[in-house]
Amino acid sequence: MPSGNEKADLKAQERREFLSYVWGLGLALALTIVPFAMVKWGAMTPLAVLAVIGVLALVQIVVHFRFFLHISFRQKREDLQLLIFSALILSIMLAGTLWIMASLGLRMGMVQN
Amino acid sequence: MLAHPFGRLRLQALPFWDMLQHPSKGVVINGIIATGAALMVVLGGIVTVALISRYRLWRVLWSQWLTSPDHKKIGVMYVVLAFVMLIRALLEALLMRAQQAYGLGGGFLTPNHFAQLFSTHGTIMIFFMAMPFLTGIINYVMPLQIGARDVSFPVLNSISLALTAAGAALVMISLVLGTFSTGGWLGYPPYTEASFSPGVGPDYWIWALTLSSLGSTFTGINFAVTIYKKRAPGMTLMRLPLFTWTALCTSILMIFAMPPLTVATAQLALDRYLGFHFFTNDLGGNMMHFANMFWLFGHPEVYILILPAFGVYSETISTFSGKALFGYRSLVVATMAIGVLSFTVWLHHFFTMGQGADLNAAFGVATMLIGIPTGVKIYDWMWTMFRGRIRFSVPMIYAMGFMLLFVLGGLSGVLLADPVIDYQVHNSVFLVAHFHNVAVPGLLFGMIAAYHFWFPKAFGFRLDERGGKVSAVCWILGFMLAFFPLYALGLMGMPRRTVAYTEPAYVPLETVAFFGAILVVAALCALGVQLWVSIKHRHANRVFVGDPWDGRSLEWSISAPPPEYNFAAIPVVTDRDAFTVMKESGAAYTAAVPFEDIEVPRNSALGPVLGAAGFAIAFGLVWHIWWMVIIFGTIVITAMIVRGFARNTSRVVTAEEVRRQHQHWMDAVARAEPIARDKETTSANEGLAMPIDTGAEQ
Repeated sequence: MPSGNEKADLKAQERREFLSYVWGLGLALALTIVPFAMVKWGAMTPLAVLAVIGVLALVQIVVHFRFFLHISFRQKREDLQLLIFSALILSIMLAGTLWIMASLGLRMGMVQN
Repeated sequence: MLAHPFGRLRLQALPFWDMLQHPSKGVVINGIIATGAALMVVLGGIVTVALISRYRLWRVLWSQWLTSPDHKKIGVMYVVLAFVMLIRALLEALLMRAQQAYGLGGGFLTPNHFAQLFSTHGTIMIFFMAMPFLTGIINYVMPLQIGARDVSFPVLNSISLALTAAGAALVMISLVLGTFSTGGWLGYPPYTEASFSPGVGPDYWIWALTLSSLGSTFTGINFAVTIYKKRAPGMTLMRLPLFTWTALCTSILMIFAMPPLTVATAQLALDRYLGFHFFTNDLGGNMMHFANMFWLFGHPEVYILILPAFGVYSETISTFSGKALFGYRSLVVATMAIGVLSFTVWLHHFFTMGQGADLNAAFGVATMLIGIPTGVKIYDWMWTMFRGRIRFSVPMIYAMGFMLLFVLGGLSGVLLADPVIDYQVHNSVFLVAHFHNVAVPGLLFGMIAAYHFWFPKAFGFRLDERGGKVSAVCWILGFMLAFFPLYALGLMGMPRRTVAYTEPAYVPLETVAFFGAILVVAALCALGVQLWVSIKHRHANRVFVGDPWDGRSLEWSISAPPPEYNFAAIPVVTDRDAFTVMKESGAAYTAAVPFEDIEVPRNSALGPVLGAAGFAIAFGLVWHIWWMVIIFGTIVITAMIVRGFARNTSRVVTAEEVRRQHQHWMDAVARAEPIARDKETTSANEGLAMPIDTGAEQ
């Protein structure tokens, strides 16, 4: 049986975790709603909108890591390996796609001035 | 939206409707074939239901199998699904070969029917034969090899199976109601857009793939977490059996490769259902994004398929040569190198799409690079066999057929990796010959070898050896007859996916290929007969002690079939080939004291419920039956929320029960006669291996 002290500790920990999830949910929602609002009502140029959405997306990734996947910045080695591997694969996909589609766009005359 | 209770489902959807309305000769022949296929599905269903009712197996089926979170049972069900789908896809292949053998100037199938055949054949073979087969084998074997009691997420495992089965059911139902896609297994838009394919075909394809790719993503996560987190003490990564290494690599590939497919098919669905313009010809759509994303998935998928087979061959070659695997470290590095390189080559599937030459050259070079780690593997296997005492058992015959044929297939792949050559043979049957030449001897032979190798572990008796050999020889010869002619035909200029042709020079080679297809179907029949004979003679071939092949990894260290908790006590691993080490040091077959209570996951209906609801949602989406989508969508969400409140998710096998089962097995070990390797395929084999004299190991 956990003693009274341990029980209180457990309660406090549960509360901290709950709050952390609420924070995560709130931030993730905000980071989703803001880009939509900017597209709908934003008075910025398209390029600026794209740039801001890109930055917010990166922040969104950090929020998901921190609050939902429990990966903080003081890290264990195997988490780091997994992150680096994921980054490698995703950057290969992204860079390859950009290269391919740009080349196609150029040669097939699909780039609209 | 609610105009008709059955959406766009009408009597016209029945396969014989056209034939009754417009009875011309061609339409009637195709109608009869389609109706026959539909009848096979319906009758197959009725017979199954009747047999289950006749033997009162519904309760057993539900409580022992469908709701079971046991990775071993889930694995077996995956393999059963794979075999059922293999039968259908192979019969379709036979029909296509028949059509092309008689295809000079017409043949007997309509172009539309033929297009459905090659689309379903490809879709089934990749998503509903190959994926379930390898997932099933990994499910069964991997947790045993790492000394775990189950996978990390047992209920998720059951959900993955149910989703895959739902996708397969959707493909099957498309035989009875409506038609399947005619857009090939890759469903390129704009052809599969609503403006060119307004029917239900592409929708069947989209939702079947969505269900199965969701299942595969979950599976990938589940397996990777299991291998990272649930290894027995001492089982470091560099002590993993090679099959588990390939399972890990395949799982990682699944995690990263399935999402692009899910996104691409979801975007195609948005185009078709909600008038989006991702891949349309007009309004800013760009169909090349689809090709790009599809192959971002498609090429890693090729390695998802082949790597587990490499793992199987590594295990069987080492076991049946009586030697430790040669170059273990190089095999691990080669596997992981293939895993990364598989993400760098996807463009070679569309060299001819129109991008620049430097781009093609870069991806061509990357493609050729993959040949290096694969070559390393082939040499390692040959060195493993070198000076071993090789037993020509069934898995070994497949392994040798594989090594010979896979090298040929790989070489034709290196040819195709050169964009200049690819331009010449692109979209010809040369390509068809190439990818069958790697997929059949690689994946399919590997999986059938795995089936023979681990069947005694799963069911407690060996498969009939002679039937297996007949089947193996038929597979190998049938494959060669069916696909070598296609290399020549491709060089002669025959395009793939052609229903008919006007060039008489094709006929002799097409006829040879047709006989090859017949031989392959005979091989499948031989497998069926073998299973029947083996079940009949099962009492003579029991291997309850559990080690019929003098195996080297932990799965052989327990009884066959294993208890539901796998290990009475979690083994402690001290080196590679853990079980061989145990046998040599006398640590095998010891009493597992002290016995402890073992917690196992309780059965859950969540998997079957989500599978059935997923099927209904997909069916509703295909036919635009919106009420069905809404009702079953609600059921899915409710079921998941209800499951969230389930607190009592595991039950306990008492220490006393574990002790009893363990004692029963130990008694059998004590009674069993150890046998030498030359008697392993006789009834004398009770699953206890005689210690090898050291002279056998070089």
